[in-house]
Amino acid sequence: MSDAAGLCIRGLRVVFDGFVAVDGVDLDVAPGDIRFLIGPNGAGKTTLVDAVTGLVKASGSARFGEQELLGRDVHRIARLGVGRTFQTAALFEELTVLQNLDIAAGAGRSPWTMLRRRGAVPDDVAYALETIGLTERRDVLAGTLAHGQKQWLEIGMLLVQNARLLLLDEPVAGMSHEEREATGELLGRVAGDRTVVVIEHDMDFLRRFADTVTVLHAGKVLSEGTVAQVQADPKVQEVYLGHATDQDEPVSQGAEA
Amino acid sequence: MSALTNPRARAWLGFALGAVVLFAAAPALLTDFRLSLLAKYLCFAIVAVGIGLAWGRGGLLTLGQGVFFGLGGYAMAMHLKLADAGEGNMPDFMELYGQLDELPSWWAPFANPVFALAATVLLPMLVAFGLGSLVFRRRVRGAYFAILSQALAAAMVILLIGQQGTTGGTNGLTDIEGFFGYDLDDPVNQRMVYFIIAGVLLALLALTRQLMNSRYGELLVAVRDSENRVRFLGYNPANVKLVAYVVAAGMAGLAGALFVPAVGIISPALIGIVPSIEFVIGVAVGGRAALLGPVLGAVAVAWAKTALSERFPGTWTYLQGAMFVLVVAFLPGGLASLWGMVKRRREAAPPAPESTERVLVKEVAA
Amino acid sequence: MTVILGQLFTGVSIGAVLLLIALGLALTFGQMNVINMAHGEFIMAGAYTTYVLQQTITDAGLSLLVALPIAFAVAGAMGVLLEWALIRRLYTRPLDTLLVTWGVSLMLQQLARDVFGAPNVQTKAPDILTESTSLGADLSIANSRLFILGLVVLAVAALTAALKFTPLGRRIRAVVQNRDLAAVSGIPTARVDRLTFFIGSGLAGVAGVALTLLGPIGPTMGTNIIIDAFLVVVVGGIGQLKGSVIVAFVLGMLQAMVEYLTTLSVAKVIVFIAIVAFLQWRPQGLFTLRTRSLA
Repeated sequence: MSDAAGLCIRGLRVVFDGFVAVDGVDLDVAPGDIRFLIGPNGAGKTTLVDAVTGLVKASGSARFGEQELLGRDVHRIARLGVGRTFQTAALFEELTVLQNLDIAAGAGRSPWTMLRRRGAVPDDVAYALETIGLTERRDVLAGTLAHGQKQWLEIGMLLVQNARLLLLDEPVAGMSHEEREATGELLGRVAGDRTVVVIEHDMDFLRRFADTVTVLHAGKVLSEGTVAQVQADPKVQEVYLGHATDQDEPVSQGAEA
Repeated sequence: MSALTNPRARAWLGFALGAVVLFAAAPALLTDFRLSLLAKYLCFAIVAVGIGLAWGRGGLLTLGQGVFFGLGGYAMAMHLKLADAGEGNMPDFMELYGQLDELPSWWAPFANPVFALAATVLLPMLVAFGLGSLVFRRRVRGAYFAILSQALAAAMVILLIGQQGTTGGTNGLTDIEGFFGYDLDDPVNQRMVYFIIAGVLLALLALTRQLMNSRYGELLVAVRDSENRVRFLGYNPANVKLVAYVVAAGMAGLAGALFVPAVGIISPALIGIVPSIEFVIGVAVGGRAALLGPVLGAVAVAWAKTALSERFPGTWTYLQGAMFVLVVAFLPGGLASLWGMVKRRREAAPPAPESTERVLVKEVAA
Repeated sequence: MTVILGQLFTGVSIGAVLLLIALGLALTFGQMNVINMAHGEFIMAGAYTTYVLQQTITDAGLSLLVALPIAFAVAGAMGVLLEWALIRRLYTRPLDTLLVTWGVSLMLQQLARDVFGAPNVQTKAPDILTESTSLGADLSIANSRLFILGLVVLAVAALTAALKFTPLGRRIRAVVQNRDLAAVSGIPTARVDRLTFFIGSGLAGVAGVALTLLGPIGPTMGTNIIIDAFLVVVVGGIGQLKGSVIVAFVLGMLQAMVEYLTTLSVAKVIVFIAIVAFLQWRPQGLFTLRTRSLA
């Protein structure tokens, strides 16, 4: 199972009551790639991730390795090794850090294991705690963590979940500079032989950590390539980078849902 | 570690204390009449334990536990009526109404004590499984589920009343005299019934404690607080909820079955919309997410009802309504959360997950 | 043929009553997502209003007509009071709202018992409404049912028009669709909530007046009908009136047909099973406002 697999999307289309949010997107992410997905608000980035993870209905095809993802239930897609994070950290706030990770690690557990109390900390959970630097805080309620730590815990949950395709929705939004650095390094460590797709507005972060970039605009792929290629693309400069290169701050994320 | 800080030792101590209170103190101190009242309250407490699991931990506000209580109660009462009547005879009320020439076919298997006993638990669990798997899989939840569960209670009561010839109608099944060969009029046997109920309550508390502390218990809280997030981790939340709902239904069924020998009657008035929601009141007052909160709440509310409603029926209704309003609106964790607040102030240890209503409110990615 | 037509009319009149009761809920539950279990007691308040008015206005027809607006105001005022005192604190806890308002409904029932006595009371219907209108050979329909049908058509039309064409209606819809955006656009959401609740509860009062034509008035008259009404809104779908309208009549017909073939008690169970089956197909109800947030 450790073999990396790629994501292959063909003709993906998502319609909300007549509004076409994703309009025939083709996207290939090679195994082991760290792909950044950028585009103005409303370009369809989050909707694309929603479609791949089964949250919204879509037509077309999205294959991860050999498996078709579209048309499956959310939890079945997750079991195929597809994991995601959310713009606003979605944790079980009334459970501890350890409990959060333990639940993330446990989708394959037998009923018998489920009905017993957790004994020692499982190895993969201990390793994840170490990786995300929260070993000291494992008995703290997740709701009381700092913003950055919450995002790391989410990434830790993907790790123990054994996801091989990571879909991260704005993992560094609202983080301090130091937190962004730490998150980037964490991402590098986590990536390994996993395939990673990151939605991000932060250009500085993108330049440092992206292998490849896809630009979405109005539900369609506008441009694709390495960071340099995309930045040189006049179309991209026109619709997106044109105003983003002036400012290193993340572009406003207000209305994006 | 001293016995008071080690959770396992404390649990043993708690159960020992509970056993002393229920098996030694109560029978020694209470008159036969009071003890039989306590037996009735403990039946409500068993229902409450299940509601605490399903609602407090799982966020499933079930307003139809009376249905399961009734299924268990009727299954038991049907057997006892048949046993009272003697082999080959019809229960007295069927003779009285005189609509039937012979026992209806669906009554017949309940003559077998093993079948009847199994049915008191399995029948409610089966109904809960059927409804739950249909409803949870399609993600009908929150208020929708609450309303459906209540509608089920309404439909069941109307069905029971409508089939008077075979169910006893509004009167229900009454005048139950024997309990597996023991005469229920004998105070000694009434005591035995009380001891059985108390034992079952303690056993179910132990079972529920294990469920709440297990990995499943943690997952159930996770589903309550953020169903979608759990789905993205590869679990099917429908199954997680289904387990809690079915277990709660089984407990309510068992409680109904034990209620029949303790009180001698089961009727639609005991299982309809109002009694179903009264089960929830006790749980809310005691503390929905705590283990013992629902038990103490259910007993306290039932006791207060008996004590007050006979002398001042009107006042009791106002009090009941007001209690419900005040506790749910201003102390959602119930009285158990007061204890939690005191405890947290004393020690800075991580608190047990307290419940507040978050099911509809805080869905990730919604 | 006549039998089928007759059952059809029975179904329509069951549906009309159901809709009249559910209409207020379609606002408070459907639009605001507030589960108000005391809605049934607002219906009861409307019914008792009719009863009280008849003690002073002896002409049955006149008192009925006067009762309509007054019951609307009485029940509406009770709704506003409830919203102000409790519900507004609980907007983020819908299930707790259900329980709290059930506590309120208990107290209101007891209040009715203390004021009017526990036994049911009866109002006198105007003569014209106690008669029946013949619709050909063996078919006739009670005028009271026709009156209710007319009343519900009027109420639905008025409500639809108010939601569509008045500034208040636009505000209500704006708050339903995006509360935060409505608030920052300068809409006083708290006042809109209160007004929505006033109208929704007021409609319960009107339903109460209508119910006096069909049966006795008692402290617990609201308890059972309220569940059917909630089911109508659940199955009809949140946020739109047309779902509730269609479902009320479909359920009414189903009830009438099954009841004709079996018995009332079996019909209730079959209708319940039909509803669960329907939710398998459309868990969000017949019509939903499909937005991204509901995905």
